[in-house]
This record gives sequence, C-alpha cells and structure tokens, in this order.
Amino acid sequence: MRGFLQLTWTDIRLYFREPIGTFFTIAFPPLIVVLFGVIYGNDPMPLFGGRGSMDVSMPAYTAMVLGIVGFMSIPISISTYRESGVLRRFRSTPLKPVTFMLADVISNLLMMFVGVALLIAVGRILYHVAFDGNALIVAAAIVFSALAMFSIGYLIAAVAPTARAAQVIGMVIFYPMMFLSGATMPIEVLPESVQRVSAFLPLTYAVKLLKGLWFGASWTDFALEAAVLLGVLVVCTALAARFFRWE
Amino acid sequence: MPDVIEVTALRKRYADVLAVNDISFTVHTGEIFGMVGPNGAGKTTAIECIEGLRHADGGTIRVLGEDPASRAKLAHRIGVQLQDNALPPHLHVDEALRLFASFYAHAADTDGLIDRLGLSDKRSCAFSKLSGGQKQRLFIALALVSEPEIVFFDELTTGLDPQARRSMWDLVRDVRSAGCTVVLTTHFMEEAERLCDRVLIIDHGAVVALDTPEALVGSLGVERRLVFTLPDGVAAPPLDGVSAVGRVEQTGARVAVYGTGDRFASSVVSALEDARVDFLDLRTEQPSLEDVFLALTGREMRE
Repeated sequence: MRGFLQLTWTDIRLYFREPIGTFFTIAFPPLIVVLFGVIYGNDPMPLFGGRGSMDVSMPAYTAMVLGIVGFMSIPISISTYRESGVLRRFRSTPLKPVTFMLADVISNLLMMFVGVALLIAVGRILYHVAFDGNALIVAAAIVFSALAMFSIGYLIAAVAPTARAAQVIGMVIFYPMMFLSGATMPIEVLPESVQRVSAFLPLTYAVKLLKGLWFGASWTDFALEAAVLLGVLVVCTALAARFFRWE
Repeated sequence: MPDVIEVTALRKRYADVLAVNDISFTVHTGEIFGMVGPNGAGKTTAIECIEGLRHADGGTIRVLGEDPASRAKLAHRIGVQLQDNALPPHLHVDEALRLFASFYAHAADTDGLIDRLGLSDKRSCAFSKLSGGQKQRLFIALALVSEPEIVFFDELTTGLDPQARRSMWDLVRDVRSAGCTVVLTTHFMEEAERLCDRVLIIDHGAVVALDTPEALVGSLGVERRLVFTLPDGVAAPPLDGVSAVGRVEQTGARVAVYGTGDRFASSVVSALEDARVDFLDLRTEQPSLEDVFLALTGREMRE
C-alpha cells in the first residue's frame, strides 16, 4: 500500500515535469473550448434541439481528453519506460506488476480529471454551458469510459515493439477518432456515410454515453454504448495483460 | 562460514546460444565474490538467474535458502544493480530513494544513504542531469535501500573513468564491511583482483577457474619477472644457477630475470648480494589475473 501511494504520487509529479504531456492533458482541453467557442459560439440551434454548439460539445470534448490520455500519454509513457529499462529496474524490487499498473491507472485518471475540470470550468465561465445530468453519475461514466480508452492504450504499449512505434500507433488510432467519433465536431453534422464509420470507433460510444448522461438520460437508455465500452475494457485489459513485457 | 548462495549445474539457453553451460559454485557469507570474464561470457545471464530476473533452463539455485524463481519473499532480502539501468529522466535523487524505499517491508534511512554515497549536493537533481559516476552511485543507493543481506552489482564500473572506478571500489568495500555479502560481475581483471575475495572466471558460459585471486595467480606457476639496472661497468653475475630462476635476459645495463615460486624474488636478491653486485632500480612484476586468463583460455581478455 505504501509503495502504491508513493508510486502514484511520484507518477503525478513526473507528469507535471513532462511539458508536452502536461500541455495535451491539462492545457489543451480548455484551449479547445476557447477556440471552438470563438468559432461556433453557443447560440441555441434547432440542429441541437435548441441547445448551443458548445452545450452539446462539452461531453464530447470530455471524451476527447480521455482519448488524449488513453491513446497518447499511456502508450508513450509505458513503452518509453520499457525501452529505457525503467520497468526492468522496478521489476528487480518487490513491487508487484499489479501495483505498478494500478498506480499508473490512478495517476492518469487524476490527471485526466484535472484536464476535464479545467475544460468544464472554462466552458461554464465563458459560455455558460448547460448541464442537466447528475454530477456523480456523469463522473462515474467518465471513469468507466476512461478505463475503456486506457485499456486500449495499455494494449498498444504492450504490443508495440518500440516507444516510437507505440506513439505512431496511438496517433494513427486517435486522429481519425478525434474527428469521426463526435469528440471534436458534433456527429450530427457529419454525412451519413461517415457516421457509419463512426460506429466502429470505441470513442464514439464514450461520446454518446457521456452526452446522454450529461443531459439527464439514464444508463439504461445507453445500454448498448455501456456494453460496447465494457467489452472493449475487458478484452483490451486481458490482451494487454497477456502481451505485457517488462523488457 | 555458511553459504548464502548455492548454484548447481546452472544452464540457460537463448534460441541457439548456450549462454550458461553447467555452472556450479557457492558464495560465502560476507565475502566479495566476483564473476569475471570477457563480454558475452555469460556473467550477466548467470547473475540475473540468481537474482530471479531470468528463469534458468536447468540446474538449481538457492539464495538464502530460497528458490529465486519465486521472487516474492527473496526480493525483500536482496539488493540489485542492473547492467542496463534507467530511471524516469525527471525523477530526483531523493524521490528515487524514497520511492524505492516504499517498495520494501524494511528500508534504510534514505537521507543517510544519500550522504553515505556522496550525493548530498545532488539531492534534488534530476536523474538525467547526473554524471555517469553519480548515476552509478544512485543505483548503488537503490540497491542498498532495503538494507539487503546480499547485494548484486552487474558491471558496476563499466563506462566510468579510473578515478570514479576507484571510488566505487571503496564503496563496495564499505558495503561489505557493513556486513553485506557482495556478488559482482566485471570484465576488468584488475577490478576483480583488487576487490574480490574469490573470483569465478567464466568463458563461453562455462567455469574456467574459481579461487582467491592470489591462489589463482600462484597456482598457475606463471612466470614472475624481476628487473634491475647494473651500475656502469659492472657485469651481470651468473643467475642461471639460482634454483627459482628460469632464464635471464640482458639489454645493455638492464637485466630481466624470469622465474617461478614464492621465493623467486628473494632468492635472486640474495644471489646478487652474495655476488656483491650493486643493483639499481629493482622492480618485481607479479603476474595478474589477466595472465591467468590468458594461460587458462589461450586468449587475451581484452577485446
């Protein structure tokens, strides 16, 4: 337990010392809100059922933060640790692999929440964005969706031969998702054919689930989305554990 | 003295290379035990099997009475410094020690350890900003943070300048004086000779010899050399008759005498004195482990 807490605390401090990671997880999300807010504004629109563009985009941007951490931070950090021999050094201590992974998951969740909190704060202050859901339920859905995205990240880290490869795989998976899952542009504005592609992207289901709960729907209305995310979480975690290597 | 490590018929194969082939030895409590051999001899593979980081293909290993393959308990009682070491680049020295201390059931005072290893003024320095010697000191500190019963150093001084290397030797001696058994690997014969109580010479994955450095050097009957200079106009006395002497070579006033045995040097000197020959600049050259390796394998150690 002491090892777990110390490792989590160390991971968080190291996160802040890595300027690029800190930028994408913490500074980038509020910047996105400002940028898209300037472009689209938040006037009520019939396309979004009388809500503004920023209102409906907040849960989507939240999903984007999960994607940034899951597809960029995690694959890069874990595979770099392996490539440089940090994992090997940890392995020669009594530290258990499970403890190492838990500390990594928790520290990434915490950093992600900092990014999400700033994102929502900026949205509230600048655009008075709407929120009709239950904050606790939405927080639970964010954690659940985040774990599903993270599990993909850990799988990428496990199978990528090098840190460079992990970075490329993460980007190749993430960039299309950023634009096609509804994470940056509302999925409603995309052509129907593109929306069909979206159905194959895991992040799409996180966007849909968060969007629904954000505006007061219940989990039962999004059973399909929750089931897909759970499936991703279980399968990717199992595969990541199976293919994980210390060196 | 009881043995802390027993290795019997250890074997380890990678793909089609037999890295370690039937190695057996024991390590006594409180000694500095060295595994020596050229790069690629199988030292690191052997030490990593003993540390429990690799699984042996054959043979048995007992470390403090336990099988290192099931690491859970043993990991708390041993300290490890790996050949390829790394830490997160932005991790500070004191943070690294506190972090590693938290992994162990019992841990040393980390501030005291930082002082002991001469890292006091590097306490809040990031790992990536440390010099090679400072990094190695930090890795020694991390290996010692659990106050282990046995500590393993794999190629501790590789890549260090001679001065840093000597200060590492002092550190290793201190560790042993504090009651910890030390197992190290090196490809520097001089390091093994100066530092180790007993030396296991490995080549091509097999044991070539195992003994104290003195016994290894002595047992070979490797020639010793004694050199001196004759004063002007003085002829060399006949030394061929001295029993320990093998041959004599003279270049101008410089005389080199070759021979064997513990009494070689003293018998040459007393023969010179008996003949009332003055000699200047007398020097004896001991054979080293380097010569032992050459004699046993027919190859030079140096790559």
